[in-house]
Amino acid sequence: MSDELLTLTAAAQAARIEAGELSAAEVFEYWRGRAAADELGSYLWVADGVPEDAGSLPPVAVKDLFCVRGVPSTAASRILEGYRPPYTATSVRNLEEAGARVLGKTNQDEFAMGSSNENSGYGPVQNPWDRTRVPGGSSGGSAAAVAAGTAPWAIGTDTGGSIRQPASLCGIVGMKPTYGAVSRYGMIAFASSLDQCGPLTRDVTDAAILLRHLQGKDPCDSTSLGIPGELPLPTAERLDGVRFGVWGMEEEGLQPGVADAVNATLARIEELGGTVEPIELPTAKHGIAAYYVIAPAEASANLARYDGVRFGPRTGDGDLTSLYEQTRHDGFGDEVKRRIMIGTYALSSGYYEAYYGTAQKIRTKIAQDFALAFEKVDFVVSPTSATVAFELGERTADPLAMYLADYYTVPMPLAGIPAISIPCGLSEGLPVGFQIAGPAFSEAGILDAAHALEKSIGFEGVPVA
Amino acid sequence: MTVVTEPDVRAYEPVIGIEIHVQLRTRTKMFCGCALSFGDDPNTHVCPVCLGHPGTLPVTNAEAVHFALMIAMAFDCEIAPRSIFHRKNYFYPDLPKGYQISQYDIPLGSHGHLGDVRIHRVHMEEDAAKLIHSGGSGRIHGAETSVVDFNRGGTPLVEIVTEPDLSSAAQAAEFGRLLQATLRRMGVSDVNMEEGSLRMDANVSIRPVGTATLGTKTELKNMNSFRFLERGIDAEIERQRGILQGGGEVEQETLHYDPQSGSLTTLRSKEEAHDYRYFPEPDLVPVAPTDEMLTRARDALPELPAARAERLERDLELPAETARLLAFRSEWGDFVEQAVQSRNGVAQNVANWVTNELAARLGDRELGSTRLEPAAFAELVGLVVDKKISASAGREVLDVLIEDGGDPAAVVEAKGLGRAESGELESIVDRAIADNPDAVEKIRAGKPQAIGAIVGAVMRETKGRADGGEVQRMINERIGA
Repeated sequence: MSDELLTLTAAAQAARIEAGELSAAEVFEYWRGRAAADELGSYLWVADGVPEDAGSLPPVAVKDLFCVRGVPSTAASRILEGYRPPYTATSVRNLEEAGARVLGKTNQDEFAMGSSNENSGYGPVQNPWDRTRVPGGSSGGSAAAVAAGTAPWAIGTDTGGSIRQPASLCGIVGMKPTYGAVSRYGMIAFASSLDQCGPLTRDVTDAAILLRHLQGKDPCDSTSLGIPGELPLPTAERLDGVRFGVWGMEEEGLQPGVADAVNATLARIEELGGTVEPIELPTAKHGIAAYYVIAPAEASANLARYDGVRFGPRTGDGDLTSLYEQTRHDGFGDEVKRRIMIGTYALSSGYYEAYYGTAQKIRTKIAQDFALAFEKVDFVVSPTSATVAFELGERTADPLAMYLADYYTVPMPLAGIPAISIPCGLSEGLPVGFQIAGPAFSEAGILDAAHALEKSIGFEGVPVA
Repeated sequence: MTVVTEPDVRAYEPVIGIEIHVQLRTRTKMFCGCALSFGDDPNTHVCPVCLGHPGTLPVTNAEAVHFALMIAMAFDCEIAPRSIFHRKNYFYPDLPKGYQISQYDIPLGSHGHLGDVRIHRVHMEEDAAKLIHSGGSGRIHGAETSVVDFNRGGTPLVEIVTEPDLSSAAQAAEFGRLLQATLRRMGVSDVNMEEGSLRMDANVSIRPVGTATLGTKTELKNMNSFRFLERGIDAEIERQRGILQGGGEVEQETLHYDPQSGSLTTLRSKEEAHDYRYFPEPDLVPVAPTDEMLTRARDALPELPAARAERLERDLELPAETARLLAFRSEWGDFVEQAVQSRNGVAQNVANWVTNELAARLGDRELGSTRLEPAAFAELVGLVVDKKISASAGREVLDVLIEDGGDPAAVVEAKGLGRAESGELESIVDRAIADNPDAVEKIRAGKPQAIGAIVGAVMRETKGRADGGEVQRMINERIGA
C-alpha cells in the first residue's frame, strides 16, 4: 500500500472504499502498520491483525478509557493493568456498527486527569511537531496519532478540555459535543457530570462524520439524549450574518503568537461576512477553580471502585485495610491521588457547602453567562489554549500552572455546551487552536462555521512520512 | 464527711423510632437488568453494572419506582415532584462501586403515617452484596477468608423511617406486624424477615416521664424477627435505664442484639461514625413522577389491612380483634369475605369458625393448600347455626372438607351425621331414662347434675348427632324435674 492514504481524509478514504477502489481490509492493514510503527508513545495497544469483517470506514483509534470487549482498557492506569472489559462502550459500538473498526487504544493521562499526557501510567506521548514537547491532554495519544498520521481519525473524551486542548497543541480538529449528545456508557468515568466523548480528526468534515455515528440516545445512559434532528455534513464557505463574540483576548498568560493567530482568524471571519464583537463571560475566570472542586469530587467517588476486590491487580498482605491501601497506593499515580484527596476533602462534612456548594453555584453562573452571550451572538470564540505546546517536564512540578492550561476550555463543559477547536495557524512553528462554542445542540452550526473558516485558513498539518 | 448520692428513682419512658428496609419484589435489580434471586448459586445473577465494572452506568428500574410510589401512597406520604439520587460513599467489599446509590435530601415520599405512627420518609436505594466470613469471629476483621456473593448486590430497596412515635417494645413489634401485613397485601415484597427481605432497625432512647426533650439514642441493627425486635428493644431500654439510674450517660452508638445470649454489643461508636460524603448522583436523572405514573400506582393499591379491619368490624359486625386478625392475614380475610357472600346472616359465626376451628386445624399450613371452598365452609357453618347438625358433627365435617373438599351436606349424609329425627330422638331419650333409674332418683332428690349420665347415654346412642341442650330439655320434661 502506498502512502497515498496518508494524504487523504478519512471521508475520502471511505469514499474510495465505497467506490470499490480500495478494500476496507487493505485500509485497515495500512493503518495498523502505521500505528504499530508509532514512535511517539501514542498507542497502548494496537490491533494484532485485520478483523474478519473490516467494515466500510477507515479504522478508528480509541482513547484507552473506552471499554472494548476483550481488549486491554486501562484508562492508562496501572490499577487496571491487564483489565479486559467484558463489554464494549456504546460509542465504540456505534462506530463499529457504522463500519469503523478499532485500530488501537491510545495513550492518555491516567483516568483523563491531566493536560499534557505526562500523567499516563505507561509513559508520556511526544508531540509530532516537536518531540521535546507535550501533545496536550488528556487525549494526547489520540491527538498525536491523528496529527502524526498513525491513525486516520480518533475518539477521545473531554471533561475540562481533554479533546480540544490536545487537538489545539497538535494542529488537528477536536470537538466536545453537548453533554448528553454521546452515550457515556463504557467510558471509564473521571467526572460524570462533565465527561463527554468526541472526535479528533484531520478536518471538520471528518469530525462531523464521526460525531454523526457516535451520537444518539442510549438506554444504558440515562443522561444521554442524542442530538435532535439530522446532523448534516458541513458545507458552508461563507459566514454572512453570523455573529461571533470573542472572549479572553486580554488574559495575562496569553502568548502573543497565539493572540496573533487568533486575531488573524477573527479578521477572516469578517472577510467571510461574519461580525465580531467582544463578549463578556464575567464568571468564566472562576471556571478553573470550580472545575477543580467538582471534577475531583466526582472522581473521588468514581475511583472508589478500584479496590483490588473484583478486577485489576491486587496487593497488600491479606488484611482488608492493607488490601485497599496497598492496591490503591501502588495502582494510582500522583495526580490521581492528589485529585482523590481534593475531592474527598471538598465533599467532607463541614466543607461541602463551602467547596462543592460554591462550585456548583459558579457552574450555574457560568451557564447563565453563556446564555446571556448567546442572546447577542451566535457563537463565542477564543483561543483554545493560551500557549502552544510546552516542553515535556516544564509544568510537571507545578500542578497549578498545569491546571491553567485548561483556562479557555473549562467553562464549556461546566455549562454543558458544545465547542470545537480547529487549527488556525502557527506560532514559533507550533500549531495554534481556535475555539468556537455554541448553545446546547448547536453542533451543526458550529461545524458549518468551522468548515467555512477551515477552508479560508487552509492549515497544513505537520509534514509526516 | 460522707456524700450521699440520692438514688435516681425517676420513672423513665422509652422513645422509639423504626427504620425498615424492604427488598422489592421486582423482576430485575434496581439499576441493571439482572434477575433478583434468593438462594441461587453465588455470583450467577451479576453483570458489569452491578459488579461496578469501569465505565458502567446505572439506569433506574421503572418497576421499582412504581412499587416505591405505591408504598409512599399507602402511607399517605407527600410525593416529591422531583426526587434525586445521591451517592453514599464508603469502602466495603460488599459495595462494588465504593458508594451506594440512595436518596438523601429529597426522598420520594415524606410526611406520611401508618396507623398512629408518623412516617418521616420513604426512599429508594440499592442493596449491598452478601459477605461470608470464615474463620475468626464471623466478622470481617480477623476472618481467615471472606468471600462475596454479588447476587443480592443491587436489589431494589425501599427504606421507611418512622418518627419516634412508639413508646414500648410491644408497640414497635405491633407496628412492624402491621407494616409487614400492609406490604404483603400490596404484593411489593416478600417481607420475609428471616430471608432478609424485611429488615428492621430500632432507634431507642429513654427520658424521664413527663419531660419533652429526647434522650441520647442508640441504634439497634437488623433484628430478624418481631420477637427479637421486641426483646432487643426491651433489653436496650433496661440497659439505658441502668446507666441513667447509676448516674451515667448513654452514649450514641450502633448496637447488635444477640437473641441467643440476650446481650447487646457495640458495632460502631459515635467516633467511628462514617462521613458518607453524600453528593448528587451525576449518572442519574431526577425521579419526576408523571400523572400517569401516579395514577397507575394509586390504582394498583389494594384495600390495606388497617382499612380492611375497620370495614370488617363495621360491616360484618365482628369483634375488633377478629376483624384485625382477618385483615392482617389477608388470605383468611379473603376467605371469610367470599364465604359470607355466598350465605347471608352468618358472618360472625363464619369468622369465629375461621379464627377458632379452622385456625387450630391449619397451624402453619397455608389455607390455599387445603381443598376447602369458601362456599362449602359457609354452608357448613349454616348447618350448625340452623341446628341441622351438632357442633361436634360440624367439626368432623370440617376435617373432611379440609382434606377432600366437597359439599358439606353430602358429607353429613355419607357419614350419617344428620341430627337425629325428633321421633327417633324421643324413643332414645325414653330408653335412656328407663336405663338410668338411679340418675332419675338423684335428679328428683335435688341433684340436677346427675342428668349428665342420661345425656351421655343419649349422645352415645346418637353418636353425637343430637343437640345437648335439646336432649337436656327433653329429659327434664319427661321426668318432671
